[in-house]
Amino acid sequence: MATAASTQAIQIGKDGTLGREDDGAQFLSFILAGEHYGIDILRVQEIKGWTPVTRVPQTPDFMKGVLNLRGTVVPIIDMRMRFALEEVEYTPLTVVIVMSVQSDTGDRLVGIVVDAVSDVLNVGVDEIKPTPDFGETVSTEFIKGLASVEEKMVMLLDVDKLFNVAELPLDEIIEKV
Amino acid sequence: MAIDITQFLQTFYEESFEGLEIMETGLLSLDSGNAESEVINDIFRAAHSIKGGSGTFGLNAVANFTHILESLLDEMRDGRRQVTKEGVNLLLESVDCLREMLTASKEGAELDTQRIGDVHGRLEAMWGKSEAAAVVADNGNASNASTEQDAVDGWTIKFSPFSYILKTGNEPARMFKELRGLGKLSVSVITDKVPDFSELDPDECFLGWTLMLEGEIERSAIEEVFSWIEEDCDLEITPVVSNSQSIEQVPDNAPASSAGAAATPRAGASGGSESASIRVGIDKVDSVINLVGELVITQSMLSTTGEAYPLLKAGLAQLERNTRELQEQVMRMRMLPVSFVFNRFPRLVHDISQKLDKKIELKMSGEQTELDKTVIEKVTDPLVHLIRNSLDHGIEMPADRVAAGKPETGTVWLNAYHKGGNIIIEVKDDGKGIDKAVILEKAIERGLVDPGVTLDDDQILNMVFQPGFSTAKEVSDLSGRGVGMDVVRRNIVSLGGHVEISSVKGEGSTITVRLPLTLAILDGQTVEVGEENYIVPIVSIVESTQIKSEMLNYVAGKGETFMLRDEYLPVIRLYELFNSKPKHTDLTKGLLVVVEGEGKKIGLFVDDLLGQQQVVIKSLETNYKKVDGISGATILGNGSVALILDVPGLVRLSQQNSKNRLKLSA
Repeated sequence: MATAASTQAIQIGKDGTLGREDDGAQFLSFILAGEHYGIDILRVQEIKGWTPVTRVPQTPDFMKGVLNLRGTVVPIIDMRMRFALEEVEYTPLTVVIVMSVQSDTGDRLVGIVVDAVSDVLNVGVDEIKPTPDFGETVSTEFIKGLASVEEKMVMLLDVDKLFNVAELPLDEIIEKV
Repeated sequence: MAIDITQFLQTFYEESFEGLEIMETGLLSLDSGNAESEVINDIFRAAHSIKGGSGTFGLNAVANFTHILESLLDEMRDGRRQVTKEGVNLLLESVDCLREMLTASKEGAELDTQRIGDVHGRLEAMWGKSEAAAVVADNGNASNASTEQDAVDGWTIKFSPFSYILKTGNEPARMFKELRGLGKLSVSVITDKVPDFSELDPDECFLGWTLMLEGEIERSAIEEVFSWIEEDCDLEITPVVSNSQSIEQVPDNAPASSAGAAATPRAGASGGSESASIRVGIDKVDSVINLVGELVITQSMLSTTGEAYPLLKAGLAQLERNTRELQEQVMRMRMLPVSFVFNRFPRLVHDISQKLDKKIELKMSGEQTELDKTVIEKVTDPLVHLIRNSLDHGIEMPADRVAAGKPETGTVWLNAYHKGGNIIIEVKDDGKGIDKAVILEKAIERGLVDPGVTLDDDQILNMVFQPGFSTAKEVSDLSGRGVGMDVVRRNIVSLGGHVEISSVKGEGSTITVRLPLTLAILDGQTVEVGEENYIVPIVSIVESTQIKSEMLNYVAGKGETFMLRDEYLPVIRLYELFNSKPKHTDLTKGLLVVVEGEGKKIGLFVDDLLGQQQVVIKSLETNYKKVDGISGATILGNGSVALILDVPGLVRLSQQNSKNRLKLSA
């Protein structure tokens, strides 16, 4: 049994799509208003279609509400509104990515609403470029870095910084990226 | 085979701390003049187990310390030592020391070795004194114990070990040998428990013995021989003046396992008195509770779907009964008797009354009332506060009590009982009571009340729950800083409970704490606001009513209040607060749910009342954060999430919104 399992693991490692030999990481990329973003795939819990949520009063607009995810109450955040992008109607393609976020109080589950999920990207450490300084017009503290994949720019997000709700008061809605 | 004993270390600590509690409880009951040998025995046994365990795990300091404690207890048990107040106090102190030592070794913390050395020294001093005293008593001729022993010239020992005795590694023949060292010994065997040969288990002991021991021997010397197995046998030691029936000498090589003979029913009987239990981690219990919660939700989802199919419906009804039953039973696993909190109070009262030079007796009832573990943990500090208050402010000095025509010893009652789905804990004293005039004066002085406002007695008494309120003339280390009562109330309210105070000057005060049985489930009333549903905890609902326009008042043209049975209550329009689209904006069209929080009532304006149901509380903070006006969430039968309203929070919100008009309407 044990031998069989380990052989399999090696094979998966060798075929190149799922495992990498260098120190890089895999990112799940999604699309928001035509731009590509990536989040660490190890943080992704599940991807599901949009379903109506329960609105929570006295919360910022981008906080769409809470959802029952098999008995856990999970907050759902609209990324377009979070980044102050133009709002759109939700379609059958609208996707919720549920991911775990580390905070001072332990791991939390947060769902984000995005336009569509696109790809799983392999990004080597050396391929991640630092975020250029845009001055005060663009807040970049939650961007881990930029990566070019097939001539597209992908913004790799630091989900922990992005969703530490306690750290982010209502008025600190980030300007257009 | 090497055994890794560290895996038992955790159990050893748990059992030792339990043992210390038993010792403490026992010592305190001795303190009240109750020197029953059974109680001393309990204390002795607890100390003995700790000594044994700590020796095994190499905690020699603990073992040595316990050894001397045990020696003292042994003397008390035999009546060779008087149970004095000083002795008990020293023993209590040494229990504290042991607790510190065990905690330190468990957590690897620093230890106040000086204090422990001091107590150890005093224990030794006391023990040494007794040794000397005992010698004196023997040389002289006074002491009761020795006169009794002088009259005895032999002992009959009826010794029936339980059938598993051999498996514990004890060997009756060795003990007989030891007894023979004390005096002339004759032994007769009792074989009436020996079963047929076919049922004989060679590993079990079915024999009992009657031993005759002649000579002037101290009872304790005999007990010493049996001390290791006193819990594993029936032992009767009776003094005799003379004896005639000697039967046979113990053969030196009495084959103990040949004792292999006797009663099969014995085994069952021996363990029967203790109720069996296992230790389970609280996280495991909690995850079972969560899963059952899920099951209840799935079940109610199914029952909505199954309405149309009669056969399925019948099955689902059965399933519903079973899941409810399962849920109740699982919830009970988290319940603990309230004695877990109460047990610490005799010690507290003992210590504080000594410190204050007051004479106080604590009477407890209803210790077996069960309460959720979380509630128990969180209610401990508030109760400690309340009891300290009673001791410090309530009960008067003995002289004052006598002058007031009361018994010198004050009494504090601590009662727990069930009432209407809640647990009530009452802290009552027969002290001086609360002087309402002083309270009112103080409240005016602190600007909590405007002078000239008339308040009824209840309102005055409840002022003590206001932040920054203390009537103690001097701040002591016990109480008087005014942080007590408001914290007490806040803690109890955060548990979904309620606290009330009543008092008669000169006769005493009663503080009544009402607590929910559990924090995981709540009886909720679903209300409709626009297209959204919210849950209002039923405990906080006073009534629901439809109002007429003549009941409405507008203060300063804005603040809405309505009059209900001679009370002006502020109205909160939930749709405004929550920014939703209501069906009705006209107050007379919808419904007003009158709720009470933090002692104040408000009317919540909603569109309609829907069903009532038990809901499983889920925290919003687990994955999100605290939201004003919302205390949590729950999952409804259709799988959607509904939010639970935080009534005290809403009351606070309404006060912030309308401070001015509240003052006017008061």
